[in-house]
Amino acid sequence: MLRAEIIVLIAMMAMVTYIPRMLPFALWSSKQLPRFIQGVLGNVPYAALGALIFPAVFLMKEDIFYGLVGAIAAFIVAFTGANVVLVVIASIAALSAYSYIL
Amino acid sequence: MEKNRTVDDNDGEFREGLHSGVSIFIGYLPVAMTFGLIAKATGLTLIETVMMSLLVFAGAAQYIALSLLAAGTGMLEIVLTTFIVNIRHFLMAASLNEKAERGSVFGKVIYAFGITDETFTVASMRQKVITTSYMLGLVSISYFSWVINSGLGYLLGSGLPKILQDSMSIALYAMFIGLLVPSMKKGVKVVFLAALAACLNSIFTIGKLLPSGWAIVAATIISAVLTEAVLYMKKGADKHVEG
Repeated sequence: MLRAEIIVLIAMMAMVTYIPRMLPFALWSSKQLPRFIQGVLGNVPYAALGALIFPAVFLMKEDIFYGLVGAIAAFIVAFTGANVVLVVIASIAALSAYSYIL
Repeated sequence: MEKNRTVDDNDGEFREGLHSGVSIFIGYLPVAMTFGLIAKATGLTLIETVMMSLLVFAGAAQYIALSLLAAGTGMLEIVLTTFIVNIRHFLMAASLNEKAERGSVFGKVIYAFGITDETFTVASMRQKVITTSYMLGLVSISYFSWVINSGLGYLLGSGLPKILQDSMSIALYAMFIGLLVPSMKKGVKVVFLAALAACLNSIFTIGKLLPSGWAIVAATIISAVLTEAVLYMKKGADKHVEG
C-alpha cells in the first residue's frame, strides 16, 4: 500500500469510529426515549461488563488457568471492597507470581 | 449548585475523572505498547502508528486493522471491519447519554470521541451524575496512555520484562472485575445481567456463531432487553421504576 493510502485509511477508520460514538449525544438528549428503552440502556453497563470479561479472560493464553488465576485474584480483592487500582495491581502481582513459579 | 457550577467545581470534576482513569492508564500500557510493536512489524512508520492511535483510539479495531494490512486486505474492507467492530460504542454512548448531565451538546460530542469499553464502564459505575468535566478528565488520561504507549511500544519494543508485560495483560479484565463486583453486591439483577451476557458471549464466541464485534453487542443487548422485559412483566407497566 502507498503511504498516502495509509493516511486515507486512518482517516476513514477515524470517521467510522467517531460517528457511532457521537451520534446518540447529537441526536437525542437524556430521558427522551421510551421508558422501556431507558431501562434497557440502564442495564447495558452491567451486561457489557459480563460480556467484556467472558470468555476473553480465559482465552488470554493457551493455558486457561492463566486468566483464571488473575480473574480469581481480582475477584477476591474486589470483594473486600478495595479500590479498582488496587484490584488491578493485585491481579498483576498474582499473575507475575504464577508465571514465576511455573 | 448544579445551575451555577463554578470553575472550581469543574476543576474538581476534571480531577475526579483523571483519578477514575488511573486503572485505565495502567491497563492501556501493555495493550498500546504491543500495538506499537506490531505496527512496526507490519511496516507502519512511527508517525502512522501514533497517528492511528491519535485519530482512531479504539484498541480492538486498530489490532484488526494491522492484521488485515499484513494480509494485504483492501482499504474498504478494513474500514468496514473497523465500523462493525466499533458499532458497540453506539450502544455504550446511548447508555452513557442517559446518565450524562443536562447541558451543552458540544462538550458531549467532544468527549464522545473517547468512549471506549474502558472509559464507558468506568464512567457508568460512577454513583454521581456524569458531568462533562468528569468525562473530559477520564478520557484525557486514557487517551494519553493509549497514544504515548503506542509510540513507546514502537520505539522500545515491549520495553518491560516479559513476565511483567504478560501479567499486565490481565489489567483491563481485572479492572472490569473490580468495577462489576461492588455492583453485584447491590442486587441479583446486576448478577443476572452480567452472567447472562457472559454466557451468551461465550457461546457466540467459542461456538464461532458471530464475529467478535457482533458477539459482544448481541450478548449485551439480549441480556439487557430480556432482563428489562422480565422486570417489566413482574412489576407491571405502570408501577415500573428503573433501578
